[in-house]
This record gives sequence, C-alpha cells and structure tokens, in this order.
Amino acid sequence: MYSDWPCPSPSGTTREELLFSFDRQREARLLILPPLFDEANKFRCQIAGTMRLFDERGVDTFCPDLPGVNESLAPHGHQSLAIWRRCAESAATACRATHILTIRSSALIAPQGLTGWCFEPCGARPVLQRLLRAEILSAKEAGRTATAEELLEAGASDGITLAGWDLSPELMKELADGAEPDIVGYEVIKQTDIGGRPLWLRAENDFDAAQAEALATHIIKAMASR
Amino acid sequence: MTAETATAEPAGPSRSDIDQTLRAILRDVLGLKDKQVEDFDSDTGLFGHLPELDSMAVAGLLTEMEDRLDIVIDDDEIDGEMLENYGALLAFAEAKAVAG
Repeated sequence: MYSDWPCPSPSGTTREELLFSFDRQREARLLILPPLFDEANKFRCQIAGTMRLFDERGVDTFCPDLPGVNESLAPHGHQSLAIWRRCAESAATACRATHILTIRSSALIAPQGLTGWCFEPCGARPVLQRLLRAEILSAKEAGRTATAEELLEAGASDGITLAGWDLSPELMKELADGAEPDIVGYEVIKQTDIGGRPLWLRAENDFDAAQAEALATHIIKAMASR
Repeated sequence: MTAETATAEPAGPSRSDIDQTLRAILRDVLGLKDKQVEDFDSDTGLFGHLPELDSMAVAGLLTEMEDRLDIVIDDDEIDGEMLENYGALLAFAEAKAVAG
C-alpha cells in the first residue's frame, strides 16, 4: 500500500517520495495525480476510495507524492509546474503506468506523450485567483490590506506565501501566465458525466461512494474499449 | 416599485433565480441537504459563524458565484461584511447581477 518512488531532484539525483498504491503486477496500471494545493486535501479520501474500487476490479493504481506535497520533505516553496510535470512523468515511468488520471488542476502537470483521463481539468488562472482571494480575505480579517496586484508583484520577484502555500517566483509566474492544461491524448471527464456534487467546492473533505463508482466504471470501460 | 425597476434593466437573472442559485452553491460548499439551505434566512450566519467556511472555501464560493451567476467579482470588493450572513451575500450577488 505505502512505499517509496525515486523522484528526480533539481541536483540531478533522486529522493524518495511516498507512493500510495495497489500494485498486484496487473496489466492495467493507472497513475493518479491529485489536484494541486488545498483541493488535494479535499480529494484525498475520494482518491483512496476510488483506488480501492480499481483494485477490486483488476486495475493497479498509484498515487505518488510530488516534491513539496503531502508527506514530502522537499520545500513547497522551491517547486514549479515544470518541476511537478517532470516528476509526474518520472512517476509514470517508475510505476510503469499504462494510463494517467488527472484531477482538476493536476491536468496542468499531465505527463506528455501518455494517455488517460482528466477529471474536470482547470487552468492556472482559477487556481491562482482562489489563492489570491483567500489571502486577501485573510489579510482583511487580520486588519491588513492586500491587493491582487501587490501580491502578484511580490510573488513574481521574491516568491510569496498565499493562503498558507509557499510559492516560488517560478510557480507564481506560471500561474499568473494563465497556462491551460496541455492534455492532447487525454479524454476529459466532466462532473456531469459521473453525477453528484463537485467535491472540490466542499468546505470540508467529503467522500461520495457513487462518484467513486461512476468514475471507476467509466475508466475501466474505456480501458477495455481501447 | 421593484418590478418597475426590474423591467427597466437589461435581461438578466431574476431575484428568485439568484436566490436559488446562491442557495445551491452554499448547499454544495457546505455539504447540506436542499431542505437545510431552503431554511436559510437573511440572518443565517456564514463567514465567521461556520468554522468550516474558511478563507479558501470562501474563495471557491466566490468563483462559483461568478460562474453560475455570470458575474465578475473584483478582488478588492471582497470583505468579511458581504459574507457575514446570507442576506448580505444575496444583496451583494443581486447588486452584481444588476450591474451586469
């Protein structure tokens, strides 16, 4: 269930990062990339529940920690979309993934040259806007003032902490540039395809068994038809 | 008087539509049942009253309001008062919808 995977580091070596998986050496091997920032927490239980369904139905699944994320000891403030994409591609290789599933903003780091599914992909702009708004609101509640322009400027030059997340200048620039997911070769799955309410909106983490079932069924059916 | 004002404005969502949409968003954000959000009144406390409705959840709520109500919320307009209770948030959403 829990093991490590060799994640590339900027120095050219590798460091061990956590890997949550159901690996029985089966033919179908699905790498799942959680959303970025707070939505990763919101989907944690949903992803684990969905992975169990895949396991029961004969599909191996792998959910790797990327540097700076979850249990990783690498500083979050040293990361960028480019680094995470490179690491996601390495994770796909290390896990011998046959398919990829991105969820929400992890479509921004979808490994290139592979195939799979993007559940409700979202671009960089709404991700950054949400962080900025949360920071502005927190600042106002604390009696401070903060504007989006000031935060963007400070973040692009020196890096910044937004809503508790340390962001490098590179990551700020990538988000501010408003990148859209590059997901050629991937099938987009919308919320309406699997039903239920958007879990990323929930103020507290939630688990929806019906959504897990629908998503796993959709993907397994698609795997069988390819 | 309200009806006269409404007919003079460009076509847009009615007050009732805005109310229903806002309740649906809060239902999704707070994980409530339809009946629970139907019981919301103007004084129902939101930000600062519900521990789970933190700044990140509010940021998501505002983005969803923009998408579902087809409005644009300037970041500088965001403050605790407009989010303090359901009545204040509804009034804000209505004002933004009218402003187009």
